[in-house]
Amino acid sequence: MRVSVQAEDFNIGEEIEKLRQGRTDLGAIVTFTGLVRDIHGDHVIRKMTLEHFPAMAEKELIKIGEQAKTRWPLENLTIIHRYGPLFPGDNIVLVITASHHREAAFEAAQFMMDWLKTDAPFWKKEETDNGEHWVDAKEGDDIKRDRWT
Amino acid sequence: MNIYYFARIRENIGISSEELTLPSGVVTVSELISFLEDKGNNYKSAFAESDLIRVAVNNDYVGLDYKITDKDEIAIFPPMTGG
Repeated sequence: MRVSVQAEDFNIGEEIEKLRQGRTDLGAIVTFTGLVRDIHGDHVIRKMTLEHFPAMAEKELIKIGEQAKTRWPLENLTIIHRYGPLFPGDNIVLVITASHHREAAFEAAQFMMDWLKTDAPFWKKEETDNGEHWVDAKEGDDIKRDRWT
Repeated sequence: MNIYYFARIRENIGISSEELTLPSGVVTVSELISFLEDKGNNYKSAFAESDLIRVAVNNDYVGLDYKITDKDEIAIFPPMTGG
């Protein structure tokens, strides 16, 4: 398992290679990338700043990865979450799962993203054409997380 | 004890952390928040909606009824918006 909380960008191709480690028994690799959008409702987003809780962030990502490993037969996984100032089109988060078969890889990737949304200690602030505001947590995200419990 | 604030709550209060001696009579996180609210309107507005407050003690998420000690590190923040 590779977990990283970082300001720098990540390279998806390189991350897949790191996770495979040259193995040829992996039948399925799923990647999910979360990106900064330039539109939120009627407003244009110019910048998104991610604040995080350094003492907890990596620990919580590891916890989510460990949960996924106990629920699905994963051979390996990667979670990378960025923080700091980001701009439309920038990468925010990367989840990669590797398994012998696709079901485990798909489901575990979705599971980890649903948990990251509500339980990873990050907060998004958007700078729009209508001023700055903190992004509100969505009740729907709690529901998406809780369907796994 | 050290108290850390994040995101909107940090901005409303105007500081990112402070050191405090556990006030007498304060046992739980929610009693600590009530004590802080009496410090000023910046705290009152930060904690105005109790269902938008999340807390960690010593880097673990806890509920508002969690019992705290003077040695604890408390973090108070809004619901997370990761991912």
